[in-house]
Amino acid sequence: MSQTELMATAPPPRPGFFQRSVQPLFGTPLNAVITIVCLWLFWIVAKAAWGWAVTRAVAEGGGAICRAGSGICLPFLAAKARFMIFGVYPYDEHWRPALAMLVFFVAIGVSMIPRFWGRWLLAVWAFALVAGMVLIAGGAFGLRPIPTTQWSGLPLSFILTAVGLALGFPLGVVLALARASKLPAIRVIAVFFIEVIRGVPLISILFMATVMLPLFMPTGVTVDKLLRAQVAIIIFAGAYIAEAVRGGLQAIPRGQYEAAASLGLHYWQAMRLIVLPPALKIVIPPLVNISIGFFQDTTLVTIIGLLDFLSTVRTAMLDPEWVGAAVLEGYLFAATIYLVFSYGMGAYSRYLERRLRTGFD
Amino acid sequence: MKNIKPFRLVAGLGVALGLGLLASAPAQAQATLDAVKKRGKVLCGVSPVAAGFSFADDKGVRRGFDQDVCRAVSAAVFGDPDKVESVPLSTNVRFQGLQSGEVDLLSRQTTWTFSRDNSLGLDFGPIVFYDGQGIMVPAKLNVKSAGELGSAVVCVLPGTTTQQNLEDYFRPRNIKYEAVVFENSDEWRNAYFTGRCDAITTDRSDLASVRAVAPNPKDHVILPETISKEPLAPVVRQNDANWRDIVTWSFFAMVAAEELKITRANVDTFLTSKDPEVQRLLGVSGDLGKMLGLDAKWAYNVIKGVGNYAEMFDRNVGPDTPIGLTRGPNKLWTEGGLLYSPPFR
Repeated sequence: MSQTELMATAPPPRPGFFQRSVQPLFGTPLNAVITIVCLWLFWIVAKAAWGWAVTRAVAEGGGAICRAGSGICLPFLAAKARFMIFGVYPYDEHWRPALAMLVFFVAIGVSMIPRFWGRWLLAVWAFALVAGMVLIAGGAFGLRPIPTTQWSGLPLSFILTAVGLALGFPLGVVLALARASKLPAIRVIAVFFIEVIRGVPLISILFMATVMLPLFMPTGVTVDKLLRAQVAIIIFAGAYIAEAVRGGLQAIPRGQYEAAASLGLHYWQAMRLIVLPPALKIVIPPLVNISIGFFQDTTLVTIIGLLDFLSTVRTAMLDPEWVGAAVLEGYLFAATIYLVFSYGMGAYSRYLERRLRTGFD
Repeated sequence: MKNIKPFRLVAGLGVALGLGLLASAPAQAQATLDAVKKRGKVLCGVSPVAAGFSFADDKGVRRGFDQDVCRAVSAAVFGDPDKVESVPLSTNVRFQGLQSGEVDLLSRQTTWTFSRDNSLGLDFGPIVFYDGQGIMVPAKLNVKSAGELGSAVVCVLPGTTTQQNLEDYFRPRNIKYEAVVFENSDEWRNAYFTGRCDAITTDRSDLASVRAVAPNPKDHVILPETISKEPLAPVVRQNDANWRDIVTWSFFAMVAAEELKITRANVDTFLTSKDPEVQRLLGVSGDLGKMLGLDAKWAYNVIKGVGNYAEMFDRNVGPDTPIGLTRGPNKLWTEGGLLYSPPFR
């Protein structure tokens, strides 16, 4: 490489502090006014937030003191934190869902590191799901059985999301392949299934599973309510994932399919070895997007009487002792937890996108 | 039988297998008590959350008035009030939950109405709480009765009957009003406190708890009119008279206990009472328990485990709780209220 070429590709000189920050903000009179107004608004909000969270904070007392005060109600958070997270799960057994969540997070953490990607991750996940279920449900290894009506709070939200996505994913891949199939019957069935499920809101499917299904059952036969909601979420997730995966399949050039066929691979081999690996890599961002959406959509199960995380927070706020005393605190607590997990998923998705910039461009 | 189609055979087997895998709750008519005894607990449908009636304490234990109605049944059946498994059921799915056998008993602030009783295949137990829809206004409006509420903006919750009752009350009286509906009770309450509405309406028991959390409770008055009757009662499946009797008389045992001045604390001293009604109630003489298919001391267990009606009321919604309700129509008939237990004989 010659000297002149190097000169030509050298970056322009780095702008100084003044040029980078002051000029864009105060360069013209209009910009200066906008900047000052924004700073002023920021100051007002920050001052109010500081006053609420720090100077006027109510450090101890009960609901009456919090209602009288105008700051954050810390005793509410202290008294109700465990309830908001674990809900009506028996108090003495809270370590079980806590441990189950830990196992779950470790499994997620391991799966997030590309170096560990491989077949044995499936085993890790199988172990994590079984261990988590045994811990929460009990009935084995001397653990007291806990009925599903007492599963609640954050663990319930995680179960609904994790199982929904873990089982919805294979369903979605199969549906996507079926929709791209050359066989008209299979294609029509897949299109019908996907479009019907995507064409109705999740709430209506949950209602269908909770209200209608038991009426079709013979007298005396009941299916666990959590199971019904879970199946509804799996089916719903399957339909959405199918459409994302279909996008990936369509992005694979024809030549790849033809190359697989010319190697003499039959359909499943071609899909498994040639088409699906790059197709699934392409759709990782939309899949993470769907995951975030479903994590938040699980709050809808509250309308069929399951106590997910948001409902346990609201239940805590309606304890007669605290009612009306800690509305903002409760919702902020819920928002913080949702934000942490959703942001985490989003950040990971962006990392993956950078790392897996495969594509056929 | 020789023409049985292979497809049907397979389908039939599939269905049979599928049903075999499902958790089966024998909810046949007349068999609820047997099923409950076999299971070892009462499945009780409650509100996910209703202050004072069904809520979870700091440790996640469900408490409240509705919960205590179930605990009384549990005490009558098992001698232990805590053999209750609460199943939260939202308003939309509560009756299906009972019909499908998901719960044995629904105790979740359900108003006993003609159409519910006669069209849903359900039976109502005794009225455990006499409620009624009321209207609360800020004291500074100087409104003395609901008739003076012309062109008022009223905050309501999207209840099953709240809005309908408001309409039924105002329309024949030619009073114009505007209803503003809130999905969430926090918003609904705050909208009223911040002056978005001139009045707020819901059952009187709820109104009292709204007033209790107002910045200054004295600034609000609950108008004297009760615009609807809301008798709250537990609900059971139809065609199981024995189970319905157990629910009914477990509750009446608490009312009778209050009438006879028996409490949780002093029930043991009443075991030696000479009063024949007390003796029959507590199972010292007679065989009332056997008639219900229960232990002779069933009512003793109810009183010992849950208390009499006054204790249940005061513990959950009474004047010393944040809900702060007075007994009102829920006083004993001897004190001018509506509570009246048929005699134990």
